[in-house]
Formats: sequence, C-alpha cells, structure tokens
Amino acid sequence: MLSQHLAVLQVVVPLICAPLCALLPLAKPGNKLGNNLAWLLATLVSLTTFIIALLLTKEVSLHGVISYQLGGWAPPWGIEYRIDHLSVYVLLIVSAIASITMLAARKSVEQEIAHEKISLFYSAFLLCLTGLLGIVATGDAFNIFVFLEISSLSSYALIALGNNRKALTASYQYLIMGTIGATFILIGVGLLYMLTGTLNIVDLQARVPELLSSRTLHAAFAFFTVGISLKLALLPLHLWLPNAYAYAPSMITVFLSATATKVSLYVLFRFFFGLFSNEITFEEFQLDKILLPLSILAILIASSVAIFQDNIKRMLAYSSVAQIGYMTLGISLATKSGSIAGMLHLFNHALIKGGLFLAMACIVLRTGSVQLKNFAGLGKRMPWTMAAILLLGLGLIGVPSTAGFISKWYLLIAALEQNNWLAAAVIVGGSLLAIIYIWKIVEYAYLKSPTRQSDKYFNERIEAPLQMLIPLWLLVAANFYFGLKTSFSYGFAETAINNLFL
Amino acid sequence: MFADYYNYWVAIILMMLGFYIVISDANLIKKIIGLTIFQTSVFILFISMGKVEGGTAPILADGITTYSNPLPHVLILTAIVVGVATTALGLAIIARIHREYGTIDENIIHAQDEEEYEDDDEAAS
Repeated sequence: MLSQHLAVLQVVVPLICAPLCALLPLAKPGNKLGNNLAWLLATLVSLTTFIIALLLTKEVSLHGVISYQLGGWAPPWGIEYRIDHLSVYVLLIVSAIASITMLAARKSVEQEIAHEKISLFYSAFLLCLTGLLGIVATGDAFNIFVFLEISSLSSYALIALGNNRKALTASYQYLIMGTIGATFILIGVGLLYMLTGTLNIVDLQARVPELLSSRTLHAAFAFFTVGISLKLALLPLHLWLPNAYAYAPSMITVFLSATATKVSLYVLFRFFFGLFSNEITFEEFQLDKILLPLSILAILIASSVAIFQDNIKRMLAYSSVAQIGYMTLGISLATKSGSIAGMLHLFNHALIKGGLFLAMACIVLRTGSVQLKNFAGLGKRMPWTMAAILLLGLGLIGVPSTAGFISKWYLLIAALEQNNWLAAAVIVGGSLLAIIYIWKIVEYAYLKSPTRQSDKYFNERIEAPLQMLIPLWLLVAANFYFGLKTSFSYGFAETAINNLFL
Repeated sequence: MFADYYNYWVAIILMMLGFYIVISDANLIKKIIGLTIFQTSVFILFISMGKVEGGTAPILADGITTYSNPLPHVLILTAIVVGVATTALGLAIIARIHREYGTIDENIIHAQDEEEYEDDDEAAS
C-alpha cells in the first residue's frame, strides 16, 4: 500500500517535516533540548529519504520506470512523478549525502550558528533537500522550475548564515545569478509550452521533433542551456560559486558541494536527452561545439586558480568548478560512453568533494580557520582528519583504486574513442594540476611544524569528535569501495544513459 | 509586425530594461528592483500567451464556446509566489549587509572586502 506512493513520499516527507523542525523549540527559542530535537528530526528525515531512495532503486531495477500520478490526474494533464534509472541514481546520491551531512552536523552547527537560529537552520536544510529531491523525482518541466527555486531560496538563506560577513555578499550574488538562471529556465519552459501546449517531459519529447524548423524552439533551447549552466556553475557563469562555498556554514558547504550542482547537471541530462534528444541536441543544435571548449577551459582555468588560493575551502570550491568541467566534458563528447563517464564522475565526485568539505568542517570545528598557514602541523594534531584529506585528495587527483580514477579512466577512454587527443590531454593535465593543490595542503599539514600563535597548546592533539569522523571515514571508505568495485556505480550509469539515448 | 506581436515586444523591452539594471547598477536594492522587472516581464510573456482571440475568461457559461487558456495564469501564480519570496529574501540579505558594511553600494563593499584580503596577507607574512 505504502510502497505505491514511494515516489511522492520521497519529496513529501522532508517537505512536511521542515516546518515541524522550525516549530519544535518555539516554546523557548535557543533552548538546547529543542535544538537537539530539531537535529534529530532532520537526521531521521534524511535517513528516511535515503531508505526510500534505496527502495525506489530496487523497484526500478526490478520493474523499470515508475510513473506516479499526482492526485490521480493522468499525465500529460496532471503532474507526473517519473522515476527511472537516471533519477534513482541521483536520488541515491542526494539522500545519502544529506544523511551523512546530518549525522555529522550537530557539533559543527552548534558552534557556527547562533543558538536561536539552529532549528530554523535545520528546517531550511530540509526544504533545500525537498527541492533537490523534487527536481529529480518530477517529470514535469514547470515543476522542475518550482523545485529548483525551493532548493535555491533555502540555500541562499543557509549560505547567508555563515559567520564571516562575506557570506552575506556571497549569498546575495548567488541570489541574483541564481534567479536570473531560474528565470531563463522559466522562459525556456514558457516558449516550449507556447509551441506544444504541454509541460510533461515525455509528452514534450514526442512533440519536439516536428518543430525543429521553428526558431522559437531554438530560442527555448538556448534559454535552457544558459539557465542551467548558471545553476551548475559552468565556467564563465561560475562566479557565484567560490565565495558561496567558501563562506557558507561548513556543513552547508558539504551538502551543497555534493548535491546542488550535481542536481543541476541532472537537469541538464534530463533536458538535453530526455526532453530534447541526443540527436537533436548534438546534430541539430550542435551543443558539443560550444560545450567542449567551455569544459576544457573550466578544467584548466579553475584548476590553475585553485592552486593560488590560501583559503582551502575556496581552493576546493575552484576545484569543484574544474570537476564540473570534467562532467560537461563527458557530455560534450556527444557519445554514449562520454555521457556515462560524465554521469559516473557526478557520482564519484559527490563522494570525494563531500568528504573533503566534511574534513574542512572538522578543521573549522577544532581550529576555527581553513587558511593554509593554519594547516601547519595538523598532520600530528588531527591525524585521522588529515589522513582522510590525504586519501580523498588521492581520489580527487585520480590515483588508481580510488573512485576518482574510475571516472577519469572512463572519460579518457571516451575521449580517445573519438580520437579527441586535446580532451584526453586536458583530462590528464587537470589531474596534474590537482596534484599541485592537494600537495600544498599535505605539505603544510605533514612537513611544516606548527607555528606558535596565540594558541598555547599548539602541540596538543585536537582530533575531531567521533560523531564527525565516522561519517567522514564512511565517505573515505566509499571512495575506495567504488574505486575497486564499479558494478553498481558504472552499471547503473550505463543503464541510465542507455535508456535515455535514442 | 509590431502591432501583431506587441505583447512580445512589451515583454522583451521590460526584460532588457530589468536585466540592464541588474547588470549595470551598483546599488543592491536597485538590482533587486531590476530583477523584479525582469521576472515580471516573463510573467507577462506567459499570461499573454494564454489569451485566445475572441475567448472570454475561462468560466463556464451558457452561449460561450471560446475560452482563454487558464493554465499559464495558474503557472504564473506559482512563479509570482517564488518571485515575492526571492525579493523578500534579497531585501533581508541587503538589510544585513547594510548592518555589517554600513553601505549598500556594491563598489564600496568590494573595496572593503579587498582591504580585508590585504590584511589577511599581511598577517600571513
């Protein structure tokens, strides 16, 4: 009985619990018990969404696509929630990262967020989760816009909660650019509706091929592309990302870095291949001609800029822009194998970057800063955290037996299949640049002796609490598990893309 | 040409006006005003597309066979709510920026941030 409604429960559970979370400590704002209850609720909800995602995965792999009619209205008139391999893949990542973030969040949030705002923080987090899951679950183009705005609005508010006042300007900049991006997507949806009279993605795909000569369709495609590129921070449109990630509360950076841009990438997959089709996207609109150079520039420029950052959260943020370049590079190869590799990198990078930012959260909790000079001697003072950074860093570089290696390997093969030597060289070159910036952290942490600052006990062990280390090492373990055993991560991405491509 | 498509021209002109304000003005509140105009132009695009020539309001009544399409209106109702939330959040952030920086001029804020970076560098060396 309940199992029929899994598709909608995935979205509705966090949506209903978000206001509950805000109401819990209302009798006494800032009350510690109330805040802990809010944390507990948010954690339980995140875990529930993960379990639902697992059940959906099982259902989809056994019986294929799930179509859920919202309110019993049949598509294309009603809103349809449509769960296929691609959606399940992204749902799993988003809900898993949300669970890990929440399990680790309590202490970090207590330290960084004003006590009377903690319950609101968790409630905004759940709203953000609702939005992200909703984007992936829905099969309706306008619904995607609405969920995109739910997740974006709550993430603007969450970023603005950062301690540094630069968090405010970062959040404002994100708000302006994010809203422009979302409005562009809305224009694209409007133009498509004008042409076809439908908003259902499956229905749209059936109707689009007849309209190829229409200039309105071309305009709609252009608006979609620019709007989504803004949201996923493709290189020339990435300006909002570095500051937003650097100054947001640590746990929010963990969550957003591993999910928000990934979900935007999902929208890109869905629109380019599910709403239009790979033939139209590449042959009619020749998207690869523009996406390939931009991806290459993203990898090279963002990796180079990352090397010169002294704020490590900012460094990792620039590295995220570069990694997004890898994913779009996979798409721009215009082949199945390229898109599978892009999808796979989406999955692996979420684990790696989520882990690295979680380690940053541990360091902020114990030392209060992620400036590079502050890392001196941390190899001795926080051995477990630093070891995790080292291992995840290897994943980011793409050393064999890590998850990062697998996706870069498949990317490389996909590029070589096309005889695209430039792309292949860039994939390898980007990894070399990653070695430089990861080495900077490792050098400071392990080879420099701690400097005596105001901190009297500068040699004392200040390891992060187990509550944060366990989730962190779960991600490290996942990094190696998916580096050695690719049957799920690759197999699922392959089926997803095979189903999507014509 | 112009007369036939005047609703689109209105939408495009408003869109460009709003977009230009967002890009060119350094005043954070004026940027939000521009953003709102930009969003509103899209609302007009949607709403005007729902009009069917000779159609009336979509309310069932005797003797009327042509109705305008109500769906774009419903969609835009949602988009307006989103727009209001965005504006409210933007203004709330501006209020806090004003408290922290003492200004809402983007150039001055950037100058203050730059100074802070330099201070960081000096402390590092």
